[in-house]
Amino acid sequence: MTVPAPYHLALSAVLFTLGMVGVLVRRSALVMFMSIEVMLNAVNLALVTFARLRGAVDGQLLVFFVLVVAAVEVVIGLAIIVDVFRAMETVDVDDVDLLRG
Amino acid sequence: MLIPVLAVLVPTLPLAGWALNGLWGGRFTRRTVAIVACGAVAAAFAAAALLLWQIRLAPPPGRAPAGGPSWSVDLYSWIGAGSIQVPMRLLVDPLSVAMALVVGGVGLLIHVYSVGYMDGDPGFARYFAYLNLFMASMFWLVLAGDLAAMFIGWEGVGLCSYLLIAFWFTRPAAAAAGVKAFLVTRLGDVGFLLGIFVAFGVFGTTDFGVMTRDAGARLALGGGAATALALLLFAGAAGKSAQLPLYVWLPDAMEGPTPVSALIHAATMVTAGVYLIVRLHAVFLRAPAAMDLIAAVGAVTAIFAAAAALVESDLKRVLAYSTISQLGYMFLAVGVGAFSAGIFHLTSHAFFKALLFLAAGAVMHALGGETDMRRMGGLARRLPRTAAAFAVGALALAGIPPLSGFFSKDLILSEAFRAQAWLWAVGVAAAGLTAVYIVRAFALTFLGADLRGAEGAAHDPPPSMAAPMWILVGLTVAGGALGWSFTHPGILERFLLTVLRAGAGPTARAGGAGEGTLVAASVLVAVAGIVVGWLVYGRRSLRGGVPVLARLLRRRFYIEDAYAVAVIGPVRALARAAAVADLTVLDAAVMGLARAVGRSGQALRGLETGYLRHYAAFVLVGVLLILAYWVSR
Repeated sequence: MTVPAPYHLALSAVLFTLGMVGVLVRRSALVMFMSIEVMLNAVNLALVTFARLRGAVDGQLLVFFVLVVAAVEVVIGLAIIVDVFRAMETVDVDDVDLLRG
Repeated sequence: MLIPVLAVLVPTLPLAGWALNGLWGGRFTRRTVAIVACGAVAAAFAAAALLLWQIRLAPPPGRAPAGGPSWSVDLYSWIGAGSIQVPMRLLVDPLSVAMALVVGGVGLLIHVYSVGYMDGDPGFARYFAYLNLFMASMFWLVLAGDLAAMFIGWEGVGLCSYLLIAFWFTRPAAAAAGVKAFLVTRLGDVGFLLGIFVAFGVFGTTDFGVMTRDAGARLALGGGAATALALLLFAGAAGKSAQLPLYVWLPDAMEGPTPVSALIHAATMVTAGVYLIVRLHAVFLRAPAAMDLIAAVGAVTAIFAAAAALVESDLKRVLAYSTISQLGYMFLAVGVGAFSAGIFHLTSHAFFKALLFLAAGAVMHALGGETDMRRMGGLARRLPRTAAAFAVGALALAGIPPLSGFFSKDLILSEAFRAQAWLWAVGVAAAGLTAVYIVRAFALTFLGADLRGAEGAAHDPPPSMAAPMWILVGLTVAGGALGWSFTHPGILERFLLTVLRAGAGPTARAGGAGEGTLVAASVLVAVAGIVVGWLVYGRRSLRGGVPVLARLLRRRFYIEDAYAVAVIGPVRALARAAAVADLTVLDAAVMGLARAVGRSGQALRGLETGYLRHYAAFVLVGVLLILAYWVSR
């Protein structure tokens, strides 16, 4: 048996919200990063679901792009975090406020 | 062919002297500077003399219709824009060569004199560089064969005049006088420039040869174009030659070194206006109304400046007003069509006025720069040779025969009498005043009690200064032979005849009783003036004359006050208004804008918290707003 589409979409919304809240409330750069990954994958789930509903592959195709870009972004993002840690000996984003007006 | 080479050498040699002394003068010894400067001018004078010899000798290559023997030397094309072509062209003809000789001769003497006069001045090399540059510009002015090309020399001498008046630029009075001379002559130069444009419009070119040849065909006699052209050029001439009402700069120009006053502000540059009119006499003759105006301005200037000289207490300023007055005579002469008489007086005036200035310079040199005649007196005993030289110049200025000033002034007066009797009357009256004021100046300076006491050891100048003075004494005495004769045209007039044929006045002297009476009258007036001057001022009494008239004269008929009210006042007011507008309107706008940007930045800086989550929240809010917009649509 197959799980109906609304469940997939609900799961996607829950995951996205969890990720969003994580980005907004957590102070560790690493955790924020993981939260962003959760949001991306929530979007991926929604894309796949809609693609299946419509019986087309373009949504699934887009997911591959998102995966690739996410992988690249991880590399850069982790590098930035490492560099920030080297410079400031912290990954707490509240302490990294050089751009405060 | 030697003529083109010589013609180019005349202005180029002083230019080279300027470059040498201007660039490396600071490293040269004084002796080298003096040799370079005087040598350049001497060589240029020699080249001009060779030119004279050549044009007397050589047959003209092409005969211009009314030009006589004249050679055009094309250097290169200066402006080539469609139908407007301005060549760098020199014109060698009797008139330009005569002028070059006067400029070069007097210039050379004054260069030599300056070596002694400026000895010890820290700006020695700078002075001679300027003086050489002036000579180059002046030679260019008189040799230029094109009105537009002449303008280069015209402005060049103006620049050098400014630089040399303000030579001692640390003195505020000298700096101000330089600026004044520059600005006032600029007024006239605007007229000159507009005149060049009109000439382009009328003739399609500004070549002197073409303008002279075509003046009859292109300009209707007394027509608007002819009158406009003549008046515009006369405006330039009046500014440069210090005629009413643009004379105000010349007395102040006496702030410069005295040899400069002798060379630029008496003998050469200020006569450029006369030369311009003679050079373009064919054009001016097409505008009788303008000619009448020129003659009238000249006559009025002659008597006005002579009157002003009567109450001046500064020796150099007396001579300055005297120069203005004598320039008035020259304009009177060219205004009545007596062009060669104008050039004749220009020449003899260059001799005797340079002599007077050099003698005045010798007095100043002896007294440590004193120019106020009220603090002089009795100097004839201390400076006997200087006093004698000054006396010769003074007698020539007063018009006592057989000195050169007598011949040239008399020629002008008799030509004026032929034209309009009132011009003659004014001229004679001015001649009488001339005799009075120069006797006054002589008496105040050289006669009476020695006011300086034993103070200082005033003595006659050294040979390098005395020699030019004695040569000028010789020229002053003998210069009359150049141009005057009872029955036939003088040497100078015959020499210039080919150039001036278009404007040939009466070539034969009327001779006879009428002429004799005129001569007798003017000599009588001159002698009377001397006697009056002697009686009034011989005892060095500074009083004399009607008080009201004296006050009027001392204020120079309130002309400078009129300038102050009519020109300087409004300009100052405008400047003040502009300053206020700048501070209150423009600055307010500019500063207000800057402050507004600053304040909005201050207000917005609170948004930049530096907390990453705030930025993420902003993004979230933005996305939600956009979503809300889409959904609600």
